[in-house]
Amino acid sequence: MIAARGLGRSFGAKAVLRDLDLDVAERDLLLVTGPNGSGKSTLLALCAGLLAPTRGELEVSVERGRIGYLAHEPLLYRELTALENLDLYGRLYRVPERRERIGMFLERYGLWEERRERVGTFSRGMQQRLALCRTLLHEPDLLLLDEPYAGLDEEGAELLDGELRALTGTRTLLLATHDPGRVAPLASGRLALA
Amino acid sequence: MRYLADVGTLAAKDLRLELRSRDTVPAMLLFVVATLVVFNFALPAGASAEAAYGLLWAALVFTAILGLTRAFAAEREQRVLEGLVLAPSDRSAIWLGKAIAVVAFLALAEVVALPAFALFFEPVSWELVAAVALATIGFAAVGTLLAAMAAASRARELLLPLLFLPLVIPIVVGGVGASIADDPGRYLGFLALYDLIFAILSWASFEYVVTE
Repeated sequence: MIAARGLGRSFGAKAVLRDLDLDVAERDLLLVTGPNGSGKSTLLALCAGLLAPTRGELEVSVERGRIGYLAHEPLLYRELTALENLDLYGRLYRVPERRERIGMFLERYGLWEERRERVGTFSRGMQQRLALCRTLLHEPDLLLLDEPYAGLDEEGAELLDGELRALTGTRTLLLATHDPGRVAPLASGRLALA
Repeated sequence: MRYLADVGTLAAKDLRLELRSRDTVPAMLLFVVATLVVFNFALPAGASAEAAYGLLWAALVFTAILGLTRAFAAEREQRVLEGLVLAPSDRSAIWLGKAIAVVAFLALAEVVALPAFALFFEPVSWELVAAVALATIGFAAVGTLLAAMAAASRARELLLPLLFLPLVIPIVVGGVGASIADDPGRYLGFLALYDLIFAILSWASFEYVVTE
């Protein structure tokens, strides 16, 4: 599903990724690890099509609308409520039975009671839960998750554990993290960036 | 139909955001009125009507810049534009939805500006109203594209006026011409042509602005 040959990405004079060869098959879970600045987020943004490579080739054989992208920021409007944010994404991603799915995700991630509250009033953990709902709402074929556990409390982290267990083997996942221990048992491969 | 539904969804979102935050329109209203008041005192007694119309158009251009500077503020704050760009909808729908919202905000500012202009300076003719309406579309078409470009830049507050002002000179020429000429139809036609050309160019090039 993802093939990279000699992939490189620079920002000005600074090379963040260099000469990366990568193959990710359908329904694999690739764990991407490495220290700050090693290019984990850049690799995910490249796979999402948000950045273009400055060297090499990258082929991602999945349509744009079939990608679920969880970034450092939640990609949510602070002035809209949780419900309005998910409804916006649901409409744009043409999610069938949108209202039912939104309700299901909000309940699953413990945000149903806060559904009419503005995202700007949410804690970091609540925003991360809502960002996960946004990422998964359209049942993407390819999931690009950048530090998905960031900001989550233990209950939220366990919810995500269960979600990842259910998704493993049914979706293709690239998961970037500083702390691979939690996901390592599910991973089919590991890419350590230096 | 899906395209229009996406545009409607995005425009409605922008209107809702403004209703909630009230960040942009009140500032535009205050700015345009304050500018006209300043111009009222700056213009010497007995100055020509042509000068007054020129100042109105200058006030409208700077009010548009103020609104456009905030056009992608909500998207920039939490990189929401990335989420919108990844959606399967045509990316030009993001431009069109935003441009519709910008037209609405500018129209509100102009609803206040034109009576204020009539109060301080000269009467407002139907030709002037038509010219302002056409100019609003032009400001929004070009300005929304440039605001998206500027939003990705660190020096966005500087970049937007630097790019916007040269490109809207034809609007000012057409607007002032339609306001004072004996034959305003020619200038109104010019403004309509400008709108058409720049709306098509902005619509077609937006995808390249929001992706690398």
